[in-house]
Amino acid sequence: MCRSLTLSLLFACVPVLAQGSKIIATGGASSIEGAAGGGLVPWAVINGYGSSAQWSITGYASQVGVDDFTLRSQGIGLSYDNRYEVSFGQQDLDLDTLGGELSQQIIGLKYKVAGELLYSTMPQLSVGVQLKKQLDFAIPSAIGAQQPSGTDWYLAATKLWFNAIAGRNILFNATVRATKGVQTGLLGFGTASNNQYQYLGEFSAVIFLNPQWALGAEFRQKPNELAYAREDHWRDVFVAWFSNKHLSVVAGHVDLGSIATFSNQRGYYLAVESSWAF
Amino acid sequence: MGILIRALVLMSLLGCSQTPEPKDWLYQQLGAQPGIDQLTTGLLRKIEQDPQIVGHFQDTDIARFKRLLSEHLCQLSGGPCRYSGASMQEAHTGFQISQADFDQLVAHLMAVMNEQNIAVAAQNRLLALLAPMYKDVVYR
Repeated sequence: MCRSLTLSLLFACVPVLAQGSKIIATGGASSIEGAAGGGLVPWAVINGYGSSAQWSITGYASQVGVDDFTLRSQGIGLSYDNRYEVSFGQQDLDLDTLGGELSQQIIGLKYKVAGELLYSTMPQLSVGVQLKKQLDFAIPSAIGAQQPSGTDWYLAATKLWFNAIAGRNILFNATVRATKGVQTGLLGFGTASNNQYQYLGEFSAVIFLNPQWALGAEFRQKPNELAYAREDHWRDVFVAWFSNKHLSVVAGHVDLGSIATFSNQRGYYLAVESSWAF
Repeated sequence: MGILIRALVLMSLLGCSQTPEPKDWLYQQLGAQPGIDQLTTGLLRKIEQDPQIVGHFQDTDIARFKRLLSEHLCQLSGGPCRYSGASMQEAHTGFQISQADFDQLVAHLMAVMNEQNIAVAAQNRLLALLAPMYKDVVYR
């Protein structure tokens, strides 16, 4: 977190080199798996501020701190033409109470299929894939996970409505994900009882107080296939601040339910990202 | 959830009890004709300084453009004007306006509205009216 944070702040301090054409906040934030979205949910938006025929690069770092675990995520994203997105991320889950760490690397790809977040009647639609590799498979294997790597697929629909509630703009996102991941893959993929893809719904609702400040809530449905430990749906509420097209900060409260037999995992979410277009 | 539903019901009831909003609410919020004239002047100044999109205006009669834009904003916002120009689609065909160009213009409009201290709700109302024009303007 600190390393990426320093890097992000460094970027934020150098003079303005380039600024993409997309409207502020329309690149969303970087979700914990690296795709542009909210905090826990990937959206149909493309990261950064590159509009048509423009490139954008985004660096992010986030931290989730709940009672018995800390999840640190960091990575970079690249996008072109407000249509193609690729991201490289790493997640480290500190087992604060148990001791130890579980990590996974994620390569994400996203392609905008149709629609424009702000301008079309239909929502913006994107398809995405996340190639995940668990790096410490001993523990996941011992508790019943089948594979150290897995591929998530998702279809996301996101739309912003201007002047929707009390003169404010609102955004809704709905994502369907196919995954075999246990706790997003941090505890491996597939279980002894079920090695099939699970189809899960993930939702976000956001209200923009003004173009720079937003309040949001998310729900991420989770599978519950591990005999050893229950897995719960995830929820969060957040406030997002888009300082300018180069720096944004998201802070929130998360409820991750039960993780590896530790129940009621609640705590904070904090994310910072920096973006540059060229 | 129960609280949320009750709050929404309450908000809708309050909404009903208010006197109906005047037809020219947005026009007044934008500062009526002087405000709209300032808006178009400010927007043209931004365009002038933007190397990405200024090229689209090189053969444009700026005085006429300004008058038509002003008329259009006045009519859209419920003011006492009649837009006398061509349809958005006709006016933009052949200009090869890209999504990035459209985004730039929207960002300039947002900046000018901020500079003129137009309320967020009024800004959003105007953007809601302009956003659907995207399909008639871009890549024509």
